[in-house]
Amino acid sequence: MMPEHEQDAALLEARDVRFAYAEGAPEVVRGVTLAVGRGRLSAIIGANGSGKSTLVRLLCGLLKPSGGGVWFGGVPLHTLEPRARARRIAYVPQTISTVFPFTALEVVLTGRSPYTSRFRFETARDVEAARAALAAVDALHLEARPVTELSGGERQMVALARALAQEPECLLLDEPSAALDLKHRAALVRHLVSLRERAGMTALIITHDLQLLDPAFDRVIAMRAGAVAAAGPPADVLREELLADIYGDEHVRARRAFGRTFVWSEL
Amino acid sequence: MLSEASDKETEVAPGYPALGRAAARGPRPAARESAVAGVRLRRALLWLTLILFVSTLVALWFGYQRLDLAALRTDERARMIFFQLRLPRVALAAVVGASLGVVGAALQAMFRNPLAEPLTLGVSGGGALGASVAIALGAGARVAGLPFVFVAAFAGAGLSVFVVYRMARTGATVLPGALLLAGVVMNTIAAAGVVVIQYFADYARALQILRWTIGSLDVTGFDLVWRMLLFLVPGWAVLLAMTRDLHLLAVDEETASSLGVNVRRTERMVYAASSLIVGVTVAVGGAIGFVGLVVPHAVRLLFGEDVRVVLPCSFVLGAAFLMLADTLARTALGAGELPVGAITALAGGPVFLWLLRRQQRYAAM
Repeated sequence: MMPEHEQDAALLEARDVRFAYAEGAPEVVRGVTLAVGRGRLSAIIGANGSGKSTLVRLLCGLLKPSGGGVWFGGVPLHTLEPRARARRIAYVPQTISTVFPFTALEVVLTGRSPYTSRFRFETARDVEAARAALAAVDALHLEARPVTELSGGERQMVALARALAQEPECLLLDEPSAALDLKHRAALVRHLVSLRERAGMTALIITHDLQLLDPAFDRVIAMRAGAVAAAGPPADVLREELLADIYGDEHVRARRAFGRTFVWSEL
Repeated sequence: MLSEASDKETEVAPGYPALGRAAARGPRPAARESAVAGVRLRRALLWLTLILFVSTLVALWFGYQRLDLAALRTDERARMIFFQLRLPRVALAAVVGASLGVVGAALQAMFRNPLAEPLTLGVSGGGALGASVAIALGAGARVAGLPFVFVAAFAGAGLSVFVVYRMARTGATVLPGALLLAGVVMNTIAAAGVVVIQYFADYARALQILRWTIGSLDVTGFDLVWRMLLFLVPGWAVLLAMTRDLHLLAVDEETASSLGVNVRRTERMVYAASSLIVGVTVAVGGAIGFVGLVVPHAVRLLFGEDVRVVLPCSFVLGAAFLMLADTLARTALGAGELPVGAITALAGGPVFLWLLRRQQRYAAM
């Protein structure tokens, strides 16, 4: 059960959401109820195959739940017209296929498509918004580079810029740190924190990077086998017994020091 | 911040001439100017219309009999040759070339595969099989029977697309390599089917099938072209309307979906339109290949990757390309005539291999 004050401030909610990829197939998401607070930075953690990616896809409307519902800003998500939804929720997938050498700016400009009509090209204003989005993630110097030439981390930044170009209320990111080095992982979290402070951006990210959760993140949701095992502030969720249970690893250790929680697995 | 951008060197890797050249040519900051795709499309269409105009003139001028404007005014026979044979033929080449160009661009965007085109995906093969069945059953000998051949070719092409797509799709991804392999298999099956049908058809029909399989743009009078346009124009319209969705799909499928594109619906409409277009063009001209491959790639090299630019430009350049190829087919051997499909294959085949080589350097395969 969520505390009253959290329920009131929820921007994105899952209410007993269930999902299976096919009729009769085992459910990948089994009755998840959670709320992503408006203006809050939340993380979903869990073992591989615990349903995190599927849940996030359900939350942004890429998949339709088999049971239960997703609510956004107080209305059911499926009632939002897709382009209207894209103006409010932006999703960054785990991997972005890059076959054609689109420039970074062209890719980011696709994020403006919810604002432009089918038969019109982007205006100069859209181009400025796209460049601003690139600048916000310190990737403006990449704008004319073909994305096929960029490193995985640079491509992630471009994808994030594309999501920002949608000027959304809520960002959903699937393992954005996966290809990033130390500096860029920290930079990513700094960007998200800065967006929260400056623009009141709500963000939910799936991550395996447990070191960066405390104290930057407001909430951590831990998933196990398609259900929520725990949800709360990082210090509460990043506890040894809980993490050992979630990851199925009895060697997990968690300690608080220097105002943050450190998590590692004893070798 | 603005002046900062204009002073910065736009770094471009050696394999990507497109934006590099554009950046070097245009005024700085090139990135911002060429970023407005609408501007680029206008400029591209201006150039391509010029090329189309020149190609039309060349196609009308050269042939077994060179165009003689003076004779046209006085000689009845010269007039007949021009208006009944040359002009419709050039129009047919333009219409078929435009169709193949735009379908190639659409399929490449949708499958995110630079090697996709009606031939490589087996769509032409399927259309050819459908048309062969119709011709063997007696349709197509007279103009009245032609719509039936169109429909049969459309059905064959549509079935091909469906089969190839299903064979190549595993879950949510379409493996590029699997797609092309499926296309090859489809073409082989279709070719075998055509051979079998020829074997069972009577002599006259078999000859007709053979002539048509080689891929020729033989036509008398405009009647055929008008009938084709009846089917083609809706197909073209659908593809051009889907351009924006195809652009988003070409970047990334999940991203496109999250941006509000109805991926399944877009795919279905593109398949239907492509099958219709390819079916009709194959029914008339046989399986002319490589136009849909080479033309979009040339457009990309000249004008960049934006699908909203590539699609309409492939339409125009495809028309010009096939008009020129057909002119070569008509004039290369002097008295005889090469099938235009041979010209496009000889020109396009090496390009395909070169593209394949380039692909192996990054992603996709």
